[in-house]
Amino acid sequence: MTSTVYDDRDGQEATGVPMRRIKFTINGDKKVAEVEPRLLLAHLIRQGLSLTGTHMGCDTTNCGACTVLVDGRAVKSCTMLAVQADGHEITTVEGMASASELHPLQEGFKEEHGLQCGFCTPGMMLSAKALLDANPDPTEEDVRWALSGNLCRCTGYQNIVKSVLWAAAKLRAQAPAGEAALADEPAPEPEA
Amino acid sequence: MYPSRFRYEAPQSLDEAIGLLHEAGDDAKVLAGGQSLVPLMKLRFASPELIVDINNIGGLAYHRADADGTLRIGALCRHVDLERSHLLRSSQPTMAGAAPLIADPIVRNRGTLVGSLCHADPQGDWASVVTALGGTVIAQGPSGRRAIAVTDFVTGPFENTLQPDEIAVEAVIPAAQGTRSGGYLKLERRVGDFATVGVAVALETSGGNVARAGIALTGVGGTTIAATAAAAALTGKPLTAESIAEAAELAAQAAQPRTDHRGSAEYKRHMVHTFVTRLLSRGSEPAERAA
Repeated sequence: MTSTVYDDRDGQEATGVPMRRIKFTINGDKKVAEVEPRLLLAHLIRQGLSLTGTHMGCDTTNCGACTVLVDGRAVKSCTMLAVQADGHEITTVEGMASASELHPLQEGFKEEHGLQCGFCTPGMMLSAKALLDANPDPTEEDVRWALSGNLCRCTGYQNIVKSVLWAAAKLRAQAPAGEAALADEPAPEPEA
Repeated sequence: MYPSRFRYEAPQSLDEAIGLLHEAGDDAKVLAGGQSLVPLMKLRFASPELIVDINNIGGLAYHRADADGTLRIGALCRHVDLERSHLLRSSQPTMAGAAPLIADPIVRNRGTLVGSLCHADPQGDWASVVTALGGTVIAQGPSGRRAIAVTDFVTGPFENTLQPDEIAVEAVIPAAQGTRSGGYLKLERRVGDFATVGVAVALETSGGNVARAGIALTGVGGTTIAATAAAAALTGKPLTAESIAEAAELAAQAAQPRTDHRGSAEYKRHMVHTFVTRLLSRGSEPAERAA
């Protein structure tokens, strides 16, 4: 169980602020947090949970750097209230690699030089993950379309697209015969 | 950036939500997709005292057609649901053309059509589409439901006719008087930018004649523009090169563009002409991903 402490940005006393208790899952871990309703999901992730892989870019819903998955869908975490995560499942870039192995998307970005400064990369990879979870064999056009909400100022996008296609090919090669893609999460235990 | 402080309620029923709005008076806002409201709150253009989050209310995430073909879109139907909809692809070419052009893919995962209508941004794409299709908004308040034509619903930039204790629960597109054709074209500098120019065309053809036509313009005036004279020039006769040319000219005249960083007024007016011509000339081709 976790409680969240964060700064009051208005410099006012934090007492008397209506706090709400929320429960959510992040990268497979169940969490409980006390949050003020105006706290943004991005700030809960970065400050409350110290998961700083989620980057804040424009802070105005333009750039997609803060993209995370909420119940498998890509969402700009700067444009969602943390209280709205109550009961939902969040995936950040920290949830992609295991202790010993990179996610094929991370490997793809490494192999194809899909990043320079790296600032947009976590958001790119999560948008790409949402795409590949739904469509394991995307065309280049599908990849470009799926990433069109994520801005990169270094690469010109070519290598990012190559990285995602590299990862898609690797994931397909890993998938057991007859299955479209590897399941990300183990199936939930049947209710007793 | 943080929004200013507010009280947050996430009711589980519409009645409860309307009750909360009724008590709060003018100082409450309804939160659906939040893709316009949350940025406005962060920039402090909006500082509501109460946020009524309707995302936990069941039964609002639908879009479906009645037996007679009337299309109903619930308040929590996301843009992405419309983008992937087989129903729209098979029966609503104007909507199917617009859905993939709303904002960017990440915003489309959260944002809603009904919320976009309520936001009443003159550069909002859905308002033009629903205007061209002759749609209405269903508002629910303490004394029940009422239907408001979308042309009456939006009263100005970022202004609608909802009472403080009403929630827009549904958008309704009337059944077609014949076979639908048309589409939506949007000129934008990059994906996710607001429209420099957007044009929605909705035709209903029966027995070789255009039974109903709707044309609406995005981003070329202080509000969504219904190009009614252009639509009238098409109605009651077959679609011909002459009627297309006349409609394109009348639509361009109806535009009230301003020169800004997205282009000159002259250029925008020219693009209205081009888009109307293009949409009317292509018949009912499948929706394109981009203009």
